[in-house]
Amino acid sequence: MNPTSYKLETYKNERPFPFCPGCGHGLILNHLDKALTALQLAPTNTVIVSDIGCVGLSDQYFVTNTFHGLHGRSIAYATGIKLANPELNVIVFIGDGGTGIGGTHLINAARRNVGLTVLVFNNFNFGMTGGEHSVTTPHGARTATTRSGNPEWPLDICQTVGANGAGYVYRGTAFDKDLPQRMIEAIRHPGFALLDIWELCTAYFVPNNDFGRKDMLGLVDKLGMKTGLLYRRQVDDYAHVVRAQGQALAGKPVMPVKAIEPQFDHHLAHKLHLVLAGSAGTKVRSAAKLVGYAGVLSGLWATQRDDYPVTVKTGHSISEVILGPEEIRYTGIIRPEALVLLSVDGLKKSGQYLASMTEEDLLFTLPQFADVPTRARKVILDPKDAGMRVSKLSLALLMTAAALRVLHPFPMAAVEAAVQRFQARFADQNLPVIAASKRLVGDVSLSR
Amino acid sequence: MDDFISSFRLVSSQGQQQKMIVSKQRCHQINPKTEHQTIMPKEFIDGAVAIARGALAAGCNFFAGYPITPATPILLHMLNELPKVGGVGIEAEDEIGAISMCIGAAMAGATPMTATSGPGISLYSENIGLAIMGETPLVIVDVMRMGPATGGATTTAQGDVQFVRWVTSGGYPVIALSPSSVAECYTLTQRAFDLAERFRTPVFLLVDKALASAMATVDVAEYAQVSVGHRPLVPQILPQPASVDGVRVNAVTGQPDPRLRPEESYLPYAFEPVEAVPPTSPYGGPHITRFTTSSHDEHGFLTKDPAAVNRLNEHLRLKILSHVEEMSFGELDIQPGAETLFMSYGTTARAMREGVAAIRDAGGRASSLTLHTLWPLPTRLLLDAVAGHRRVVVAELNHGQYVHAIEGAIYRDAAQKKALPPEIISLTRADGQLITPQQFRQQVL
Repeated sequence: MNPTSYKLETYKNERPFPFCPGCGHGLILNHLDKALTALQLAPTNTVIVSDIGCVGLSDQYFVTNTFHGLHGRSIAYATGIKLANPELNVIVFIGDGGTGIGGTHLINAARRNVGLTVLVFNNFNFGMTGGEHSVTTPHGARTATTRSGNPEWPLDICQTVGANGAGYVYRGTAFDKDLPQRMIEAIRHPGFALLDIWELCTAYFVPNNDFGRKDMLGLVDKLGMKTGLLYRRQVDDYAHVVRAQGQALAGKPVMPVKAIEPQFDHHLAHKLHLVLAGSAGTKVRSAAKLVGYAGVLSGLWATQRDDYPVTVKTGHSISEVILGPEEIRYTGIIRPEALVLLSVDGLKKSGQYLASMTEEDLLFTLPQFADVPTRARKVILDPKDAGMRVSKLSLALLMTAAALRVLHPFPMAAVEAAVQRFQARFADQNLPVIAASKRLVGDVSLSR
Repeated sequence: MDDFISSFRLVSSQGQQQKMIVSKQRCHQINPKTEHQTIMPKEFIDGAVAIARGALAAGCNFFAGYPITPATPILLHMLNELPKVGGVGIEAEDEIGAISMCIGAAMAGATPMTATSGPGISLYSENIGLAIMGETPLVIVDVMRMGPATGGATTTAQGDVQFVRWVTSGGYPVIALSPSSVAECYTLTQRAFDLAERFRTPVFLLVDKALASAMATVDVAEYAQVSVGHRPLVPQILPQPASVDGVRVNAVTGQPDPRLRPEESYLPYAFEPVEAVPPTSPYGGPHITRFTTSSHDEHGFLTKDPAAVNRLNEHLRLKILSHVEEMSFGELDIQPGAETLFMSYGTTARAMREGVAAIRDAGGRASSLTLHTLWPLPTRLLLDAVAGHRRVVVAELNHGQYVHAIEGAIYRDAAQKKALPPEIISLTRADGQLITPQQFRQQVL
């Protein structure tokens, strides 16, 4: 979207650069200006994202859109900008300081190949704050924080992003005459493009180390960090890839409301507090959900709170379900009217419930838990009476269905309808289990 | 209404099947319902679904987040749903990346949201300040869990209430809303977007683990659509002519504006009066826009000029504080003659309402205020509710945080009126369990 009415002679504004005499930043920015002028990018379609430091002042000298954000996060802002509008030209100004604090954003934008152009203004120290050492300070160098010589070894920015798939990686210096051409290539490259541009910090690193242009060029060999075009790969811009992938879903219904019209009559005048206590990985939560859906199908209000360890399929799984004829506010259960105890894992977490239950309450459980101490009346249900093979994954449903037959908050038809509608994939397994639960309770009935 | 049979016999799988008589549960009706009452359709969902749905209804088209219990379901819903509306979502490398991406996206015109828990808010903190400074619309869902530090990932708490208010350097005002039901998760998420957009500011939606991950029943009729505004926008065409007598025309005013620089067609951070929300233009639009983290002038250039800095800071403060009443939401239930007013928010407000109902059923009197806006402090709403009560009980799942803001407002008001303030009681719990209706009841009976 180039304004064709006139050609921009420069992308710099009238403000003079604020840098120290001899600072490399001015050289690099002038190279960029040459590149932009050659490309004639529309300023309104271009965003310069600057990190913190002397480099972070630089966005104020250009006529494009600019974003000056927090230290180390420039590449992350740039990623967001590019994702929101992949057609924008997004150019990041970051120092060696910013690549340190923002290392993970650098590495991951490279790994994703977000279509950014990252210019690293690498002067081997933190300039703005007084010359402290950075992640690229050479071993042995003297800085404000390494007065005895840097005991650390420098980060190879180019290899770091290159090893992780970056589309275009170049290392050079602020003195390179062909830098504008490299910048043009980088801007044109669809993927993640990075230029590691070495330069002189005349305020600190240079006087602290008696360091000049020749020494900087010698550093290339000393550090074994090659200059030139190091990586050039044919890759797609992540921003475009993500949107293209999403196209397959465009226009599909967005989280539609799954309204449940009541089909059955319920039998509750007050709330029923039900707890299912079993082991993780045995479909306890699914059984609880079924109770909730069946309740809503019967015109009741239902809540469900689950508790289980962070790991999957190991440990306890406790579901607290409350059913009521009116909206349920407090969702905790201190004293359940009914507790379905399924396993030792469940027992370990049921101490409070068992202690609080009274003779008015019911404990539905397996024969092996017949002697657990509680005042609640016990309904012992033996899966052997089911007349079918009860797998580990069916026990919770079998016992819960049996309990529902006794508690009778709604007809069992509501439970069957809930399976058909909300667990249809498992209807073939679950409906026979629900039917079999009738054999468990046999002559147990609720008095009238 | 209970009648029980005092004896029962165990049913045994060996030997005879004895007839077991189980006494009627005390929750059952004596006669099952015979007439078919009209019962409205309902949904059985959790708060995370409602929040995601509310965000999409509000026009959210960008989400960046990082997995964290108990907010992860929101990340998953948004990543799944956004492509359907032409939006985009990303799981970032960390929380700092996530919120940074949201802020960048917002300046490129997106309507972003992110979601996390306490540990994530800690990582968001510097960028929350950036969103305030740069005036970026951003909805931040905080699904609170037990702290400090990693605390309890699957344990409910309300310990971030002061944290979100004071997590930035400078402590500039933020907006924080708190739903107390799944239906409110839907409506208040939309409200959050409306306020974030219209005031160009970060807005927190404070929920807790219990509300976000527990399943609840919602009356479908309660899903209210909220009218969601948009950030004030510079007209998206270049002024014609672009200049008059060499002075560039301001696209916002339509008049020649000598302040405008050659590349500018509007001033990104010009506000008149000081509390006005400045119009903005997205990157890629017809106007050049600057954004900066530094104290800045109207162009977005760094400045240390005391007058300019003072004006900016007053703007960031008054932009929110001059509109407090417009954003003061709450549900008031005053019982004439009640001496005690209960105040709460989020999940705890649910137990509060049940406790108040129990108090009234037992012949006692109590009023309640469910706060939907926590920040900026809804002072007028609070003081109006308090009037006439002799005791105020503030209930929250922490060691007493929001109560201090309430105390400040009440004591200040009493001192100004030279009147005696009501007794203020902090009802708290920090063990991962919910405050029970019984704990509320005990305050009165």
